[in-house]
Amino acid sequence: MAKKLYNEPSPLETKVISKRWGLEGSETLDVYLANDGFKAFLKAREMTPEAIIEEVKTSALRGRGGAGFPTGLKWSFVPRTSPKPKYIVVNGDESEPGTCKDRLLIEYDPHNLIEGILIAGLAMDAHKGYIYIRGEYRFVIEKMNKAIAEAYARGYLGKNIAGTGFDFDLYTHSGAGAYECGEETALLDSLEGKRGVPRMKPPFPAVAGAWASPTLLNNVETFASVPAIIRDGGAAYAALGTPKNGGTRLLCLSGHVNKPGVYEIPLGFPMMKAINELGGGMRNGKKLKAVVPGGSSCPILLASECDIAMDYDTVAKAGSMLGSGGMVVLDEDTDMVAVALRIMRFYAHESCGWCIPCREGTTWLRKILQRFNDGGGRHEDIALIGDVAKNMFGRTFCALGDAAAMPTMSIIQKFSHEFEERLAKQGSGLVSING
Amino acid sequence: MLQSYPEGKKRSAVVPMLIYAQDETGAVTAELIEEVAKRCEVTPLQVDEVVGYYSMLHRKPQGKFHVQVCTNISCMLVGGTELYDQACKKLGLGHKQTAADGVFSLEEVECMGACSWAPMVAINYDYHHNVTPEQFDALIEGLKRAQ
Amino acid sequence: MAELVKVKINGQEFEAEKGKLLIEAARENGIEIPAFCYKEGYSLQAACRMCLVEVEGTPKLQVGCTLPVDVNRDGTPMVVHTESDTVKAARKSTLELLLTNHPLDCPVCDKGGECELQDMVFRYGAGESRYTERKVHTPEKQWSPVVFFDAPRCILCYRCVRACNEGMGVGALGIGNRGVVAEIIPNKHDHLECDECGACIDICPVGALTSGIYRYQTRPWEMNHVGTICTHCSDGCKTTLGVRDGEIMRGNNRDSSGINGEFLCVKGRYGFDFVNHPDRLQTPLLRNAAGGFDEISWAQALDLVSKKFTEVKSKNGKFGVIGSNHTTNEENYFLQKFARQGLGTKNIDHHRTGDLATLFDALSGKTDALASMQDVYTAKAVLVVGSDLAQQHPLLSFQARANYRHHAAHIYAVTTGEVREDKQAVASVRVQKGGELAGVESLRDKLKAEANLVIVFGDTVQGDALRKLVAFGDSLGIPVKYVGLVDYSNSRGAYDMDLLPRDGGLSREQMLAAADLDVLWVVGANPLKSAALASKNACVVVQDMFLTETAKAATLVLPAASAYEKNGTVTNVTGEVQKLKQAIKVMGTKTDLEIMGSIAKEMGLNLGIWLPEKMLEEIRSTVHGYNVALPVLSSGAAVATQPLNGKVAALPGTIGSAGDTLFTSGTLGRYSKTLNSVMEAPGSLYGGKDH
Repeated sequence: MAKKLYNEPSPLETKVISKRWGLEGSETLDVYLANDGFKAFLKAREMTPEAIIEEVKTSALRGRGGAGFPTGLKWSFVPRTSPKPKYIVVNGDESEPGTCKDRLLIEYDPHNLIEGILIAGLAMDAHKGYIYIRGEYRFVIEKMNKAIAEAYARGYLGKNIAGTGFDFDLYTHSGAGAYECGEETALLDSLEGKRGVPRMKPPFPAVAGAWASPTLLNNVETFASVPAIIRDGGAAYAALGTPKNGGTRLLCLSGHVNKPGVYEIPLGFPMMKAINELGGGMRNGKKLKAVVPGGSSCPILLASECDIAMDYDTVAKAGSMLGSGGMVVLDEDTDMVAVALRIMRFYAHESCGWCIPCREGTTWLRKILQRFNDGGGRHEDIALIGDVAKNMFGRTFCALGDAAAMPTMSIIQKFSHEFEERLAKQGSGLVSING
Repeated sequence: MLQSYPEGKKRSAVVPMLIYAQDETGAVTAELIEEVAKRCEVTPLQVDEVVGYYSMLHRKPQGKFHVQVCTNISCMLVGGTELYDQACKKLGLGHKQTAADGVFSLEEVECMGACSWAPMVAINYDYHHNVTPEQFDALIEGLKRAQ
Repeated sequence: MAELVKVKINGQEFEAEKGKLLIEAARENGIEIPAFCYKEGYSLQAACRMCLVEVEGTPKLQVGCTLPVDVNRDGTPMVVHTESDTVKAARKSTLELLLTNHPLDCPVCDKGGECELQDMVFRYGAGESRYTERKVHTPEKQWSPVVFFDAPRCILCYRCVRACNEGMGVGALGIGNRGVVAEIIPNKHDHLECDECGACIDICPVGALTSGIYRYQTRPWEMNHVGTICTHCSDGCKTTLGVRDGEIMRGNNRDSSGINGEFLCVKGRYGFDFVNHPDRLQTPLLRNAAGGFDEISWAQALDLVSKKFTEVKSKNGKFGVIGSNHTTNEENYFLQKFARQGLGTKNIDHHRTGDLATLFDALSGKTDALASMQDVYTAKAVLVVGSDLAQQHPLLSFQARANYRHHAAHIYAVTTGEVREDKQAVASVRVQKGGELAGVESLRDKLKAEANLVIVFGDTVQGDALRKLVAFGDSLGIPVKYVGLVDYSNSRGAYDMDLLPRDGGLSREQMLAAADLDVLWVVGANPLKSAALASKNACVVVQDMFLTETAKAATLVLPAASAYEKNGTVTNVTGEVQKLKQAIKVMGTKTDLEIMGSIAKEMGLNLGIWLPEKMLEEIRSTVHGYNVALPVLSSGAAVATQPLNGKVAALPGTIGSAGDTLFTSGTLGRYSKTLNSVMEAPGSLYGGKDH
């Protein structure tokens, strides 16, 4: 029996990590075990840590949180033989606007995540793991806790897992509302009970992460991809995608398409096909204006720039990023001034305030854009917005400053005419500047 | 909760302890800060710093039903802003305001992770996807009746 | 020795230690990389982004305060530009961003003229602002009697947070909210519960944290800045007094040139205000028949005293002379000379607050056995015995903490109660009063394994116990140095200048108990606060600033100048001599040296010229260990004394600390409005008892 999902799956999908989603009871251990569950873990148990890491390297899996760093390489940085305890930390802070996939991996298939974490535990010689989940996702935390309890009860967590002699304890950890905690070192500070302010790097979390111990930190989707890689082999997984862009990933399609939803597609899937076929085309027959390819921190692509394959490298070449998989589709009627403002309101709200350029820059930009959007724009504002964003870019403590600057710079670069049109509509231009 | 963390790392429980305690007490009070500090073996100041940082932690009580309307980009594109305006009117409240009778409070929130099923509204911890204006009104009326 | 590598900065090639922070390596070679959040000795923040520099081969600007100097991967030297157009433009833009929410109230801001933000804007421009939006504004807050916070001026460099947490070990400041409304918050929600040391104010680069007593009073350039030594505890901190029109406006240590570096406690920073307390004596007082006092002239007063002293001396009467823990070495030296040569008495003493006699005797024959203030910062291990340093010796406490922070020194504490050192301590032992030695003994194995050790001990370790402590130190087989704690700014000097009942003289207690005492001469002390005078007919002459319990019982009271109104020298707890520099003059008062000199002159005694420099000359040639280098002393530096000089005879009398807290300071504290206000403020940590 199939269960109702948040959106209908598409025949165009390549289902690897979402293959169990439609099954009734997919969140239970029994259904998981009946559908390849824990085969990969038992296989990994017979492998050396080096072989596990090698397999992940072969898979060409890249971090699904946003940065797209090669996962196998990251795994190899953790000093497995360190006498300190090692930790597995799962980033389930999912806060990048446009992104809503990690929650599904937990809601629909939590045991697959557990298995991925256990395999990482084997590879790292780690015996404790924490799944950091954003506080708003209370229902997701509860689902995860239920799965963890079931796994403990059935011997898939705790001592001597599945009779293999391997011990592992897994916990969830609730956030409390902070986008910044999606940044891995801010997440670690938050996990340690502090303000979610990023740490100075080096040292990197691999060496000194949670409680100054070696820590492997990956996104939910990254860990969820691991069981399939070990079970079917890294090469098979890699082959699903394009070179250096292995496997499949979840695309969170939103905005002006007919069939928004979360779909699993191979790396290298054509962007226009995603919009027109997966997404069922533009709503109300409108024309495509622009695309935010991977969450709101990515530079916006013009419709004319969207005829590309969605892999990390191709999208980067087009001047943007695949990011977290949150693809927002904008139609011809979209007001780009309003979009720029909304994006900046978000980053100003979420700036942790630690460093000057981000703290002051995001707020300044928010204020100019608000005034502009409210009809108080001035011609010099257009250049000023671009310039303030540029001055913030590359100079902040962490990537949040860049995340705020990049879409803004791209909007000013590509849509300055819309700002000009706004000014023209304002008429005389004689407006209060302190409104 | 304290047992989840490694030996001597009780501080780690600060954020979850605060949010779960807040669910019970309605707000983060000075007494709660002292209590969490004691249990987690940190100074009250260290807890206070955390309270100010996380947007879900609040020092004043919210309504019994805390209505959160997302207007971030994915929701905005498909009616989130209008839904928020409607919520303001329907509830007679503005951003981060709580009704005098304490039943409802309203907040315009940032992305809550329901982008593909936008626009979304959350009431306390319950998510509502693809919310139409009619559904929103019905939702509020239902809560009023249940009240 | 760390490996040296080549680094090229602004076209010049230097050698720097591999791994040294670029900002430090540059500074050592005379190149300043500007920064707000970087502060030497404190943890790194990389928050202000002012120190961004260009490093060839790296596309993004690099953060100079966290970038370690190293060679490039190909072995070529790192090539850095700190003043290129790109770098200067970045700085200018950061300043522009910083100024968006910074109020431009420089004309009334306390910091105007001393503001690092002003200086930076002056250097890098951003004189014109493109910012036309509304600024974030929040009202100013008062956090304690002495600390005000103006959030809009704050640039969030987190220096105050670190000074309080890392430097002071208090941790009373944190960060609240986030984003553009993030701000510094105090530990008690709306007020501070802390040492009230004002380090946060001192270290603030802008006018965000201001001093309750100085704010909106004056402009920095209207003051003369007089570097002198704090007159309260014995640690000997340099405090720079800002003086305008004969009034002390503030105390601080902006040039950090003293042995205290950047440190000052509440007393050094605010405790000068007793000088203009309304009860300050400004005219000599003579007891009248009705039991009250009549104001008399200095000429009359000096005439009366000299006649009385001459009369008692001529009939071989009994004098008792009690000196001060606050007066200068020159004054103390002159006083003992006056007593011994001028009055022919051995009855001279002062309130001894630590057993220096036994310490020096037990250490006789040793060299290098007395620790300096610097030793407490550099020793591999520090053992604190029987003292709450944070309360009574805040600089020593700061030094030990800094040593732990910078050098990972091992700290040990053997005390009766919890002390701040517990937080850093390898081991803390709690003992009953008198059980200190057993506590120390329990650490033997750990201490034996240390490379060297400084033992800091309080007044409970005296006499036999002190000899045993030194024997314990000897038995460890490692170099051990000692700090014998004494209470006040010149307690050590009073001992060294021989205000001691040697060779059969009467101790303080014995003088007070002698029913046949003819004259009790008290210079800057208050012995009758806690004891009665047995002799009913004694003429009591008191030199003091206030009508203390002793002055109230006097026949004649002579209004004396405070340490801030004097030149001369004082010797701190670690035996370091430093110069006092006169900051102000209070009408009607005379320095104790001038008073004593005038009495001597009236009496026709020849005790030498009573000028501080003349007395210092004499001290240098006659007092053992005090042949201090004058040029060094004149430069404002501290000069170590070498007091160990063989056997010291046992002295009569008792020894004990007055037990002041961080917020009390004997008589001076009672007349300090600021010290009283911090004690009365809500959440005051150190109320203490009235001493």
